[in-house]
Amino acid sequence: MNIVVLVKQVPDSGADRNLRSDDNTVDRGSASNVINEMDEYAIEEALKIKEAHGGEVTILTMGPDRATESIRKALSMGPDKAVHVVDDALHGSCAVATSKVLAAALGTLNPDLVICGAESTDGRVQVMPHMLAERLGVAALTGARKLTVDGGNLTVERQTEEGYEVVSASTPAVVSVWDTINEPRYPSFKGIMAAKKKPVQTLSLADLGVAPGEVGFDGATSTVLEHSKRPPRSGGAKITDEGDGGVKLVEFLATEKFV
Amino acid sequence: MAEVLVVVEATREFGVKKVTLEMLTLARELGTPSAVVLGGPGAAAALADRLGEYGAEKIYAAESEEIDGYLVAPKATVLADLVRRVSPAAVLLASAQEGKEIAARLAVKLDNGILTDVVSLDTDGTATQVAFAGSTIVKSKVTRGLPLVTLRPNSVNPVPAPATPAVEQLTVQVGDTDKLAKVVDRVAEQKGSRPELTEASVVVSGGRGVGNADNFKLVEELADLLGGAVGASRAAVDSGFYPHQFQVGQTGKTVSPQLYVALGISGAIQHRAGMQTSKTIVAVNKDAEAPIFELADFGVVGDLFKVVPQAADEVRKRK
Repeated sequence: MNIVVLVKQVPDSGADRNLRSDDNTVDRGSASNVINEMDEYAIEEALKIKEAHGGEVTILTMGPDRATESIRKALSMGPDKAVHVVDDALHGSCAVATSKVLAAALGTLNPDLVICGAESTDGRVQVMPHMLAERLGVAALTGARKLTVDGGNLTVERQTEEGYEVVSASTPAVVSVWDTINEPRYPSFKGIMAAKKKPVQTLSLADLGVAPGEVGFDGATSTVLEHSKRPPRSGGAKITDEGDGGVKLVEFLATEKFV
Repeated sequence: MAEVLVVVEATREFGVKKVTLEMLTLARELGTPSAVVLGGPGAAAALADRLGEYGAEKIYAAESEEIDGYLVAPKATVLADLVRRVSPAAVLLASAQEGKEIAARLAVKLDNGILTDVVSLDTDGTATQVAFAGSTIVKSKVTRGLPLVTLRPNSVNPVPAPATPAVEQLTVQVGDTDKLAKVVDRVAEQKGSRPELTEASVVVSGGRGVGNADNFKLVEELADLLGGAVGASRAAVDSGFYPHQFQVGQTGKTVSPQLYVALGISGAIQHRAGMQTSKTIVAVNKDAEAPIFELADFGVVGDLFKVVPQAADEVRKRK
């Protein structure tokens, strides 16, 4: 099975994250950048399918030059190769334009299965799997906590608010996964060494036949007008329990009219 | 005034969800609210009274087995047809999995911008979004097409404004590519009577400090006394104390209740990402240095197994 995993480089969610003051985009320069955590589960799921059914796993990333770090890291887990869509004109692209570029890149790879994380930790927008499925005319099975592959048939279990749903489709399809689906492997030393030699193909907008004006700030369908830091919360009263902590807590709740 | 489409979010068990009432309340400030029900046969009739109560002047009902039997693609197709026909002033959906997914497909179909996790929307289309775990406030605008916005639950105070909605049945015409992801089974899991996590005005959450699954009864007991939902930190979920659908934080749900009670939760940044826009936060933790106290309006440093049962008794006494 020809599997493509979408990997996004994001600012570390454990560190201070900011929007840039000059153009309102995510500041990727000052933050430490990592693989979007949920994407590691997508990589793991792809590797498990390859191990059980054979095939090839390709990483697809759209991002600036420095996203190469994340691509090598992803490859060190075990995928075969990577495609990096990189072009200065992409800076400032909205989700709609991003989906156009990724769909064009997927078109060159002709995958049976596209796996991605359910959301990225920077935008948390959650729209990419359905945008890609809409553009490619294939099924989207989103939010999987379990994925079963039987030939060209895919079955997914997805959590809902009322319980869970079982959803099926045939390949080709896009599947997005939550972190409940598996436990991603750590790259081995051998994997890290091997990753350095794995092929990484770079594609420009021209390679994909996408005009620069369709992406970036010029092609954006939405714009950020302004942004500001929310003032940090400051802690209020803190007491140490001396046998009446529960009562004191409820007294506080009562003054706030919660009891 | 121009029509504003509100895509109704409802559950089989509880009917119209609170976020739908929030969207109707917001829509009234932007124009004339029309509710769009996308569901199986008979779906709209059960919801009509409630939608009218919150000001829906019209209900578009798209009811078909095809809508119910597949993931969101048929809903997006029906909605796109409606948008093309009525040219609304804005389209509002819930900022939850399904709402975002319908909006995603609609954005591509109409080549239209999309804004998610919106907490308010002005009449000129300027939206306020909360980004980076609640640390950043963003003002943004759709620049191509109409304002297509998903509203974060608990952002607007729902206010009734009774109207008598006219119901218009929509013809459901979907293509083969809308019927690729087939729902083969829906399994209901026992939920009890607690409010839904993202919509609850009170959330009581337990973390690693709760110790084991059995002890979560303590968290549930306090939640029930306060009329709240139960949440859990990632550490508690990863340890198997509580199911994943109740996880609050970076890789779980984002909640913004009036009151958030954190029990045995240290307050790692991944957890704060999901709860720090709560109005009032209280915490119980045995570690006085736990970062959760930096957020808490009221904190108790102590053993939650002593503090929480005492607090529960005190709430009972006051009732």
